[in-house]
Amino acid sequence: MTAGLSPRLLAGVAPSWLGPLLTVFGVLIVVLTIAAGLIWYERRLLSLFQDRYGPNRVGPAGLLQVIADTFKILFKEDWVPPFADKRVFIVAPSIVLMTALLSFMVVPVASGIVIADVNIGLLFVLGMSSLAVYSVVLAGWSSHSKYSLVGGLRAAAQMVSYEVFMGLSLVGVVLMAGSFDLSRIVEAQRGLWYVVPQFIGFVVFVLAGFAETRRIPFDIPEADSELVAGYHTEYSGMKFGLFMVGEYVAITLISALIATLFFGGWLGPWLPGIVWFLLKTLLFISFFILARATFPRPRYDQLMALGWKAMLPLSLVNLLVTGAIVVANR
Amino acid sequence: MSGPADNHPPLTTDVVTTGRLARRGQTLAPRVYRTVASTLHGIGVVFMHAWHRRDTVQYPEEMVYLPPRYRGRIVLSRDPAGEERCVACYLCAVACPVDCISLQATTDEHGRRYPEWFRINFSRCIFCGFCEDACPTYAIQLTPDVEMSEYERANMVYEKEDLLISGPGKYHDYDFYRVAGLAIGGKDKGEAANEAPPTDVRDLLP
Repeated sequence: MTAGLSPRLLAGVAPSWLGPLLTVFGVLIVVLTIAAGLIWYERRLLSLFQDRYGPNRVGPAGLLQVIADTFKILFKEDWVPPFADKRVFIVAPSIVLMTALLSFMVVPVASGIVIADVNIGLLFVLGMSSLAVYSVVLAGWSSHSKYSLVGGLRAAAQMVSYEVFMGLSLVGVVLMAGSFDLSRIVEAQRGLWYVVPQFIGFVVFVLAGFAETRRIPFDIPEADSELVAGYHTEYSGMKFGLFMVGEYVAITLISALIATLFFGGWLGPWLPGIVWFLLKTLLFISFFILARATFPRPRYDQLMALGWKAMLPLSLVNLLVTGAIVVANR
Repeated sequence: MSGPADNHPPLTTDVVTTGRLARRGQTLAPRVYRTVASTLHGIGVVFMHAWHRRDTVQYPEEMVYLPPRYRGRIVLSRDPAGEERCVACYLCAVACPVDCISLQATTDEHGRRYPEWFRINFSRCIFCGFCEDACPTYAIQLTPDVEMSEYERANMVYEKEDLLISGPGKYHDYDFYRVAGLAIGGKDKGEAANEAPPTDVRDLLP
């Protein structure tokens, strides 16, 4: 594992561990700030699409709304329902945030700026997103509430099935780049972004991303109108806040992955790589919000039908065709 | 009796079944095309809304337009002569479904009835306008003003001097005592507007 800012930048000035440490805290702070800012960004953008203003009172353009919301949620009573399975109930929300944050470890922000440049980066991300299912399922189970339980069950089925298509849709990219290393995948897109040859993979990945982050239109585990709040019905205060931050970090992660895997990550003319990466990520975050403004929630069986009847064959065909072309060109 | 009705799918309440029957006979390609096209079209429509005018009225800076007949804060109006219109008939208090109006009738030296005190508890008032409908003299009126928040609940109780306005409100020319047949303060029987002098029953001789 090589890591950190480029060594020549800090050579002789600082001890060798400072570079990686800076990267770790830099990424952590930036990701958490983006996740918090997304609360404001989503509300404003959603309002824009719905002919409203959204929060525009606290601070310039309502930006300080984030701070107001944070303080509010921090000062709420930290309450565990007496009927809940206390230990699991407390652990569950931290898992969702932990797995999403850990995934950022392998996402290259710019050329050479990555916390852990592991050669199984993509597998690590997929593994972490599989672990995120535990958070939702355990939250639903430990709450001892019918809404939570139904939400948790739905989450389990939805996320486990979409995990499959998410993985399959990315195999095409891996075949073309010849590596699971995200930096290598970005470098392989110098000639042509993978969104062109891997368009089907891109579409499947975006849809699977919606399902994995449990966002509208695939927010069936939450489903406010049927399940109160689904798996986090019984949560309040900062424990609920962790679910929310975890969701926003997951959106950022999926958007960053779309940018990295299909839109050339940090590659781009004129601007520095990190700016390109952030711009592309922001674009896909905005797309998540646009989709939220557009689509109604499908019925549960429709979601499953879309997954197993459309996404699975599509990604398998994509995989076969890509594999055949890669082998033929070898 | 056979006709087009025979081709109609059997009636059922099952959405899944009707959906499948409605799509029966269609090949896959147009269905996929329609689904994808409508999805993208939906995204496009919502995206274009970013350039639409926003519907929100930024309230404290911008005011919402309230039409003249809006049912807001209640006032007691005066007739064109500047006298109180209210004749203290209690009809508003009776009509009020939440009993938020209370008053006490009294009479002045001309025999004209007026409320000695008049009290509306706006923390109870539901702004239904029944009092305005019940009022025989257009005295009690609802106005397009809704900005009446208070920090103290007791301040929501409006007394007569808070309610009474200096003008005639929505009905500029109406003067109850000028059209009513009642003899009062210098205006005798038969002197009201559109009123014939009273018939002298003893004068009806052939």
